[in-house]
Amino acid sequence: MSIDRATVAKIASLARIKMTDEELDRMGPELNGILAWVEQLGEVDTSAVEPMTAVIPNTLRLRADEVDADPKTGGNRRDDILANAPVAEHGFFGVPKVIE
Amino acid sequence: MTELTNLGVKDIRDGVASGSFTAREVAEAFNAAVAEAASLNAFIVTTPDHALSAADAVDAKRAKGEELGAMGGVPIGMKDLFATKGVQTTAASHILEGFKPQYESTVSQNLWDAGAGMLGKLNLDQFAMGSSNETSYFGNVQSPWKKAGSNAAMSPGGSSGGSSSAVSARLAPAATGTDTGGSIRQPAAFTGICGIKPTYGRCSRWGVVAFASSLDQAGPMARSVEDCAIMLEAMAGFDPKDATSLQMDVPNWEAALSADLKGKKVGIPREYRMDGTDEEILKSWEQGKEWLRDAGAEIVDISLPHTKYALPAYYIVAPAEASSNLARYDGVRYGLRDLPDGAGLQDMYAATREEGFGDEVKRRILIGTYVLSAGFYDAYYTQAQKVRTLVSRDFDEAFAQCDVILAPTTPTASFPLGDKSDDPLAMYLNDVFAVPASLAGLPAMSVPAMLNSDGLPLGLQLVGKAFDEQGVLNAGLAIQQRAGFDAQPEKWW
Repeated sequence: MSIDRATVAKIASLARIKMTDEELDRMGPELNGILAWVEQLGEVDTSAVEPMTAVIPNTLRLRADEVDADPKTGGNRRDDILANAPVAEHGFFGVPKVIE
Repeated sequence: MTELTNLGVKDIRDGVASGSFTAREVAEAFNAAVAEAASLNAFIVTTPDHALSAADAVDAKRAKGEELGAMGGVPIGMKDLFATKGVQTTAASHILEGFKPQYESTVSQNLWDAGAGMLGKLNLDQFAMGSSNETSYFGNVQSPWKKAGSNAAMSPGGSSGGSSSAVSARLAPAATGTDTGGSIRQPAAFTGICGIKPTYGRCSRWGVVAFASSLDQAGPMARSVEDCAIMLEAMAGFDPKDATSLQMDVPNWEAALSADLKGKKVGIPREYRMDGTDEEILKSWEQGKEWLRDAGAEIVDISLPHTKYALPAYYIVAPAEASSNLARYDGVRYGLRDLPDGAGLQDMYAATREEGFGDEVKRRILIGTYVLSAGFYDAYYTQAQKVRTLVSRDFDEAFAQCDVILAPTTPTASFPLGDKSDDPLAMYLNDVFAVPASLAGLPAMSVPAMLNSDGLPLGLQLVGKAFDEQGVLNAGLAIQQRAGFDAQPEKWW
């Protein structure tokens, strides 16, 4: 199945990537080339197969029900978390005005 | 005394421990080699002070008679995909330029705890997406190797191309790599070094910039099988901070190394004999069989019937996961922000991501977004995950008949930079032999076999059962001992 320019623009918008007309014109055929190639997967009979969910069988663990059980991922790390923010104000991430 | 930069992990560790030289002398020698090699562009930032202070700590311990650690006194290169506290971590992207993590990744911390030091952060394909190291925001990495009779800049492979270039040029005795669909093995093969991707879950992914979480695995790249075993032991281990970390003891791989393969069966997958595979690669594969037979193994034919579907399945699964993982780069919490005049939040996201991601990253995010979008999810993503089950099942059935699989690592030797960069599909095909083991989460290694008629290295790949890194390393050692690969690139940088 071939995707047209409008579809590429829609995907780019879903992915929140701004694209110029020139980029859309260039990406369209590239994406079509890749999609046409992956379509060969349709030849495989998978009617009796479950999709893979875990590559190595593993059980999910629960962590101990303790506050700040791991100091690296626990609380009270506000300044560390904000240290790389492009804009940090009053202990929060700064963003452009969202509510009119 | 031999030049210190010619030594590998084991010789450095043992030499420092026995007092043949100090860790500081080693760090200084490698720092100097790194400083001279800017033309390879293998490093994004260098950290000579980190290497020196780690070395001084090891020398101080030795003076006090304390244990030096499994990597005591060994300076290494760190792929710039691992978060390193206070040291810029970019994934070779513009969007993370200037990002200084406030924490250390588990794998890098494990290495520092074992006595290693850091020479610098190594260049790579942007977000580990690429097979030639041409997608980095910080410029292409060059291989130290040249084709005989040509001065063209060659690809060191990708995505761990800074790692492969640095280790083969003797700027570092070893380096970390990560492998999502061949990103340790293919660059190792291109540059005549060893690299192993362990079983999925052996090395913690905590603090590793995520590309495709169900596939990403860290591993060592070094110039010998022994060095890989030592370094993998130091990197691996259970980490409660990674939900997919294996809760298993790390075996003592170094101590159990044995090149005696008596009683072992080596599987040769007939589907890997593909059209377009270089004649010399096929010859090296034949030679590999001879070497393993000589080591006592029995060679058996096996079938992995879904091999041809592994690569297309990978190019659905990996971009799908990437499109989700890379949603976090939004210009709010870290990294680049592009806020055009008068723009709202949504425009800021879109402008930041336009500016911050390179073409290959955008291409994969778009593919991933498309295959996960309503109406297409089952046809693409679910189908790919079902094919992944079949690829994995092929390996299960094959391993009922053999202990380890031998195959080429890549369909060709290294190529000149720029040769394939206009054709994404031709680039993807580089990983055709590497991707199946990634989809199945299996340990796999590349070891150098020989030089081709152009004077470029060729690698052989070994794939083992889940958790059987030992079997992979042992077969790798058997090849290493028989191949006697000691070729080095001629220094031009």
